[in-house]
Amino acid sequence: MAWQWFHRLGSPRWFYEKTNPWLPWLAIVSISLIVAGAVWGLAFAPADYKQGNSYRIIYIHVPAAFLALAGYYIMAISGAVGLIWKMKLPYMVMKSAAPIGAVLTFISLVTGSIWGKPTWGTWWEWDARITSMLILFFLYLGMIALQQAYQHRDTADKASAVLALVGMVNIPIIYKSVDWWNTLHQPATIKFTSKSTIDPSMLYPLLIMVIGFYCFYALVLLLYTRAEILRRESRTQWVNDLVATSK
Amino acid sequence: MKFQFESVADFIVMNGHGPYVWAAYGITFTALIFLLVSPLLQKKAFIKQQQKLQKLAKANPEAQGAD
Repeated sequence: MAWQWFHRLGSPRWFYEKTNPWLPWLAIVSISLIVAGAVWGLAFAPADYKQGNSYRIIYIHVPAAFLALAGYYIMAISGAVGLIWKMKLPYMVMKSAAPIGAVLTFISLVTGSIWGKPTWGTWWEWDARITSMLILFFLYLGMIALQQAYQHRDTADKASAVLALVGMVNIPIIYKSVDWWNTLHQPATIKFTSKSTIDPSMLYPLLIMVIGFYCFYALVLLLYTRAEILRRESRTQWVNDLVATSK
Repeated sequence: MKFQFESVADFIVMNGHGPYVWAAYGITFTALIFLLVSPLLQKKAFIKQQQKLQKLAKANPEAQGAD
């Protein structure tokens, strides 16, 4: 009995129907948090005493980088669950996480580069943090390419799950890069174990943005996964009925 | 909490950092909108394509299952 939820979770149809009512709520919450956080961060948070106004990029750079990393965990863990329990749904989640992660990594690289110009005087530096994030970007692109490289769905899923798991070695490197090497990139601002090195007036909008980005990620991951479910289950009766009744 | 700039023009210029800040936000929001719209379009395209197939199957029932 206790395991029933787990097996249900493996059913694409059950997932599709259960997640439907969550979508509007996630949309409302994520869009309002992101808009509120952006307005607060851009117009009402004080300017940084050293960096001036360019630091306002932090409000999109940090949440995007957080989700680029969290998204990689989600992708690798889904791949592992798919490999171990031979379930269909986790593979669909894994495949859906790849383009989202790629876009979020792209955002953190580009905003970081733009922020670097007025702050460090350069658009790009082969610094440990930046280079390991670039590798993360290529891992996501590799996942997308690998999904399309095989004729067989099964082979593609297994191969990309293995790639996702192997790529996990990059994650601690990204986290620790600012401590292990002398980098231009500043160390973590928000700390869970000690006091954060940021004033509350700047921290609150940042936290709002981070929560907003998490909700947005959940929303978009659901949307991609649901589209993937329909494509992969296109021969089943329930999808046929759904197609026939939709306008 | 108060508005940190003297005027709207001041807000846009941001002491010279405006182009950087606005470019970063512009690129980010464009990318986020892409992430939101692209799965919705995929779903729409799938349903349209399947509806076409269902229509074809209805028009000649003998061909069913022969894809």
